[in-house]
Amino acid sequence: MAANPMSQFDVYRIGPEIKIGAFDISFTNASLFMIISTVSILLIFNLGSKRNSVLPNKMQLLAELSYTFVAKMISDTAGSKAKPYFAFIFSLFMFVLFCNMFGMIPYTFTVTSHIIVTFILAAFIFIGVTVIGFIKHGFGYLKLFVPSGVPAVLLPLIVVIEIISYLSRPISLSVRLFANMMAGHTMMKVFGGFVISLGLVGGWLPLSFSVALTGLEILVAFLQAYVFAILTCIYLNDALNLHH
Amino acid sequence: MIKKIFFQSIFFSFLFLKEAFAAESGGMPQLNPEFWISQIFWLVLTFGIMYVVLSKFILPKISNNLESRKSQILENIEAAEKQREDSEAKLKEYDEIILKSKMEAKTIFNQTREKTLKDIGAKKEVLDQQIDDEINKAEKEIEVLRVGAPDKINKIAIETSSELLEKLIGSEVNSSSISAIVDDLSRRNGDKYYGN
Repeated sequence: MAANPMSQFDVYRIGPEIKIGAFDISFTNASLFMIISTVSILLIFNLGSKRNSVLPNKMQLLAELSYTFVAKMISDTAGSKAKPYFAFIFSLFMFVLFCNMFGMIPYTFTVTSHIIVTFILAAFIFIGVTVIGFIKHGFGYLKLFVPSGVPAVLLPLIVVIEIISYLSRPISLSVRLFANMMAGHTMMKVFGGFVISLGLVGGWLPLSFSVALTGLEILVAFLQAYVFAILTCIYLNDALNLHH
Repeated sequence: MIKKIFFQSIFFSFLFLKEAFAAESGGMPQLNPEFWISQIFWLVLTFGIMYVVLSKFILPKISNNLESRKSQILENIEAAEKQREDSEAKLKEYDEIILKSKMEAKTIFNQTREKTLKDIGAKKEVLDQQIDDEINKAEKEIEVLRVGAPDKINKIAIETSSELLEKLIGSEVNSSSISAIVDDLSRRNGDKYYGN
C-alpha cells in the first residue's frame, strides 16, 4: 500500500538534537531545504552579477530578468516609494519560489507547505507593514479603516469589517500559500498511489493525471510565489500611499 | 470488460486509501508543534542571511550592471546620433563645394568665351583692316595702271603701226602724224575699249 499522502510533510530531525534553553532548534529536513533554497538563490544571483558585459550570458540574463521582473512588479503596485523595500520583496519572492520549486522534485520536502513557515513570513510582513504605516502617517494610518464616501449610518459596520479584513491579512496570506502547496502535493501523492494500486491495467489514467498535475503544480508554485510577493506589495502600498 | 475492471479497481483503491488514512494516526504533520520552534529558527536564520547577502552584495551589483548597460547604450546612441549629424554636415559641405565649383567653372567658361570672342573680334578687325588696305592698294594700283594704260597702248600702237608701215612701205614714216591718228582713234574709240 502506498504511504500516507500526508507523510511527505513529516518533519524529522537530521543529526543530533540541539537545544537552546527550553527550545528545540534541531536541524531538520525543513532546515535542510531552507538552506538548499537560499544557497542556490545566492549562487545563481552571485554568478549572475559577477560579470558585467553588455551582452549578458545566460546566468546574467536570468539574474537581470528576475531583477527587472520584481522591480516592475513593485513599481506597478506600490509605486516609487517602495524602492527601499525592493531587496526584501525580492528575497521573499525568490525564497518562496525556490522553496516551492524544490518541493516539486520527487522525494524532496516542501518548506512552504508548512503553516508555521508561511505564517511567520506573513506575520513579519503584517507587522512590518503596520509599523511602516504608523511611522509614515502617524495615527492618520487609522484612516485606512474609514473609507471615504461611505454614508454615516454604515460607517460603524464598515469600520468593523475593514478592521477584521486588515487583521485577517496575515492569516489569508499564509493559509493561501500553505494550503495551495499542501493540497497540490497531497493530490499528486494520491494519484501516485493510484498508479501503484491500479497496476499495469488501470494505472495509466492516474499516471496521465499525475503528469498533468505536475505541470499544473509547477505553475501553481510560480503563481503562489508571485501572489505572495504581489500581495506584500499591495499591503505595502496601503501603508506608503494612504488613499483614504 | 476491461472498463469494468478499471472502474472496479478505482473504487477499491478508494476503499484501500480510506483504510490507509484510518490506519495512520495524527492527520496533518503541519499542525504538530514539535518542530515549530526549529522551523522558525531556521527560517529566520536562512532568510535573514539570504536577505542581508542579497541586499548588501548581490542586488546592488545587478542594479549597477543594469544601470551601466543602460548608460552605455544611451552613450552609444548619442555617439551614433552625433556621427550621423557630422556626416550630414559633411555631406552638406560637400554639396556646397560642388555647387560652388560648378558656378566657378561656369564663370570661367563664360569669361574665357567672352575673352576669346573679343580676341577673335579684335583680330578680325585687324585682318579686315589689312584686307581693306590691301584692297585699296590694289585698287589704286589698278587705277594707276588703268589711267596709264591708254597712253602705253597708244605708244605701243604708234610704234607698232610705224614699224608696220615701215615694213609695208619701206620708208620712214613721220611718227608724229601716226601718233596724231592713233590719239584721234583712241579718243574716238576709248569708250569702247576701256568701258569707263
